[in-house]
Amino acid sequence: MGEVEIPLGQPIVANGASVVRRGVRVLDRIDVTISPRSCTFVLGPNGSGKSTLLRLLHGLIHPDEGDVTWGGETARPPLRHAMVFQRPVLLRRSAVGNVRHALALAGVRGAEAAVRAHHALARVGLAALAHRAARVLSGGEQQRLALARAAALEPDVLFLDEPTASLDPPSTRAVEDIVQAIHAAGTTIVMTTHRLAQAKRLADEVIFLEGGRVTEGTPASQFFTEPSSPEGRAFLEGERL
Amino acid sequence: MHEIAVPGTIGGVDTIAQSFELALRMLTHFDSRLTQIVGLSLAVSLSSTLCSALIGLPLGAAVAIARFPGRNGVIVALNAAMGLPPVVVGLAVYLLLSRAGPLGEFGLLFTPAAMVIAQTVLIVPIIAALTRQIIEDAWAEYREQLQSLHAGWWQAGLTLLWDTRFSLLTVLLAGFGRAAAEVGAVIIVGGNIDGVTRVMTTAIALETSKGDLPLALGLGIVLITLVMALNVGAYVTRGWARARFG
Repeated sequence: MGEVEIPLGQPIVANGASVVRRGVRVLDRIDVTISPRSCTFVLGPNGSGKSTLLRLLHGLIHPDEGDVTWGGETARPPLRHAMVFQRPVLLRRSAVGNVRHALALAGVRGAEAAVRAHHALARVGLAALAHRAARVLSGGEQQRLALARAAALEPDVLFLDEPTASLDPPSTRAVEDIVQAIHAAGTTIVMTTHRLAQAKRLADEVIFLEGGRVTEGTPASQFFTEPSSPEGRAFLEGERL
Repeated sequence: MHEIAVPGTIGGVDTIAQSFELALRMLTHFDSRLTQIVGLSLAVSLSSTLCSALIGLPLGAAVAIARFPGRNGVIVALNAAMGLPPVVVGLAVYLLLSRAGPLGEFGLLFTPAAMVIAQTVLIVPIIAALTRQIIEDAWAEYREQLQSLHAGWWQAGLTLLWDTRFSLLTVLLAGFGRAAAEVGAVIIVGGNIDGVTRVMTTAIALETSKGDLPLALGLGIVLITLVMALNVGAYVTRGWARARFG
């Protein structure tokens, strides 16, 4: 991953960004800044707009109001972002074929692609299964493969939408370890989760959403000890009960 | 059935037994006339399936992924065209290829090439319409992931076509089945010329009208056996692929 120091320092900024779907404001005038190299967790109850916020920051959807900028640019930067979805969408190819496909779309081919794919699979512990068909892997292996595919692109920012939602504890731990390693190598992480314990372990920033609005954006240490918004407090209370 | 007196044959159960016997004999003895007719049938129908695949697969994928005004109209037209009457297609291609027609100078009428053209017109809509449905369903599942990976339209289309390849095999079979089974179009543009454009379906039509029911039925049995064998092969391939690739 990035040993390079300089070009990673581009924040993602949403300015009063709203997303409206069928007359409902899924996101309501969002102002957030994702600092480079942070590990930001987006928390909030079901239906609060967490996944939509991730898609907005990733550039998959456009705001109906306001704007989102990547290092000051409104155009979605090519190859700088990758995303891991809650349900990994894998192609009917081998595990390594899936990684190679993503690399080919990013213009990486030949020997370099082979090396990068191999490293990415080795890193998530799937080197031995490289030639197994991706869709017959177990749920945990599929999610690790999705992570490998994203990591092989060597993104500056990695978005993860509840990547451990349907995984058992060992697989969850494996995914967490990989995410931590990717973050340690210099990649900005933006992730949603339902597991507060997971956020406590990994997050250094927390964005709390409720009803499509950001009620707080604070350092994780502060959020978990003294949440500043009543909604955040109620959410943590609910977890404790 | 038992009252029907056909010149040169016995009616009823005997005819059926006789035709099975004849079919078996033709198959086991590699009757040269039969081999020639079967060979031409396969060559024509496989060629038209190939041509239709080259047109229909990209067309179906494009309609599935692209959003343009009048798209719903195109989908309805494609679906409706699956039911084109072969004789009407045959007549239209006949007019195109006849000496006075716009493509008359190529002299294709009453050649196997004309039959391939007619069958292609007939089955492109089938392949395109079914491909459109399959790719559209897959697109709903893959869209975000492919957009996240910055796949362009072209790359997304190719990815989806390759990823649904085992379902599309069934689509190609449907096209081939229609091509191999139809008689109306090929008899009009091919002319059923012995040794040149006579295929299984036109031979069956001819032998029936001549009253040689055992030969007609025997050919029919061979035709059905061939189509069945192809389908069994495809079914086994698909089952294997499902287990292998998920």
